[in-house]
Amino acid sequence: MIEVKDLHKSFGDSHILKGISTTFDKGQTNLIIGQSGSGKTVFLKCLLGLFDYEEGAIAYDGKIFSQLSEDQKRNLRSQIGMVFQGSALFDSMTIAENVMFPLQMFTKMSKSEMQDRTDFVLKRVNLADAHNKMPSEASGGMQKRVAIARAIVNNPKYLFCDEPNSGLDPKTAIVIDNLIQEITKEYQITTVINSHDMNSVMEIGEKIVFLKNGFKEWEGSKDTIFKTDNVAVTDFVYSSNLFKKVRRMYLEENQ
Amino acid sequence: MAYLHHIGTYFLMIAEMFRKPTKWKVMKHLIFKDINDLIISSLGIIAFISFFVGGVITIQTALNISNPLIPKYLVGFATRQSVVLEFAPTFTSIIMAGKVGSFITSSIGTMRVTEQIDALEVMGINSINYLVFPKVIALLFYPFAIAIGMFLGILGGMAACVYGGYATVSDYILGIQTDFDTFHVSYSFIKTFIFAFVLATIPSYHGYYMKGGALEVGKASTTSFVWTSVAIILLNYISTDIMLG
Repeated sequence: MIEVKDLHKSFGDSHILKGISTTFDKGQTNLIIGQSGSGKTVFLKCLLGLFDYEEGAIAYDGKIFSQLSEDQKRNLRSQIGMVFQGSALFDSMTIAENVMFPLQMFTKMSKSEMQDRTDFVLKRVNLADAHNKMPSEASGGMQKRVAIARAIVNNPKYLFCDEPNSGLDPKTAIVIDNLIQEITKEYQITTVINSHDMNSVMEIGEKIVFLKNGFKEWEGSKDTIFKTDNVAVTDFVYSSNLFKKVRRMYLEENQ
Repeated sequence: MAYLHHIGTYFLMIAEMFRKPTKWKVMKHLIFKDINDLIISSLGIIAFISFFVGGVITIQTALNISNPLIPKYLVGFATRQSVVLEFAPTFTSIIMAGKVGSFITSSIGTMRVTEQIDALEVMGINSINYLVFPKVIALLFYPFAIAIGMFLGILGGMAACVYGGYATVSDYILGIQTDFDTFHVSYSFIKTFIFAFVLATIPSYHGYYMKGGALEVGKASTTSFVWTSVAIILLNYISTDIMLG
């Protein structure tokens, strides 16, 4: 579980995060949504420890990140899996080497054990035959799946995903969303996803935090987001005619 | 103030490089890879340039000795001194600032742009140690490349001397043996070690701390070449003044 209390972050005179408090529970997919410039990426980078913040606290299972020593922070980070927006695979390594990398760095496994674990995880993301390909030879969807495999190979306690289905076709995007949700349930990970994609919100948003201008405007789930009368949320989530219709139908059916 | 900020950040990066070392099993692989990328792959260009510049030094020296009282072996002497004292350690290092330095800046800069460095940091890896330290260790082998450059520079001088008819082989060999001071070779290698450290760290600094996209990677490579060259020239002056002055 990750608890965030009254988080403030500024860059010079620009106050980006303005007192965000929320909780991300274990074993569920938590989504952070909001318009471009609302502070989602800054929030995610604060959660990851890549940005320092001026006020507030972030606690990972009760341990407040800012109070940890450098070594404790590094140890905590070794329990974090991250899927970057652009996948961030290491160009000079094959797909199998990319996935094996966290095992080489943080475990004392033998080569054959690492190989077995890599095979297992690549099979889990449906990439059993891609071991020797270079990242540049893989499609966008494959790269995202490799990034997920790399993120989960060392059994992380926390999984962060920054726009995991950006640039993917709708079908592949749903495959990626479902894969993240399955893995979250299967390994009881605390998963936080930064997303623009309304399909993801409706599909896997077990908890949704909506940011606007650096404030937490609303929080709920994929079920409550249909019923909310928060104008900022409805304007953002139901901006397309299709989603407006879906919402109207949902509300009519559930009246 | 901006310069002071850069200098301070550079030294902090060097201090960070020695903290929280990467596992030796992984580091060993990275060092061998960097020896191949930075040293072995540069041998061809070092050999080519050294051989022909050695030849040019010989021709220039021979053509400028018009007085018949000046012995012919002086051509070999001048070539040896030029190649050993300055050409091999200093000017080869400036050429390497272009080749190796640009490679280091662009490869680390691309990792920054594509969030690969963030990926290392998120995993809890000391990314400066992981990326920069193996390059510093790999460049400890740089003096071997310079030694090859010295040998080929003097050999190129001999080839030019013989085929151009400027002096006989025995005159040339007498010249390269005349007044030979072993300290000059030590001086040259001490300088080379200093330049090797500069060649590994300044381009790494420019790549690691770059901001922006692909265009900025190109700009960072150019800036890195300029500052590496400036540092080499300044350190060359300071080390020469201390050791030979």
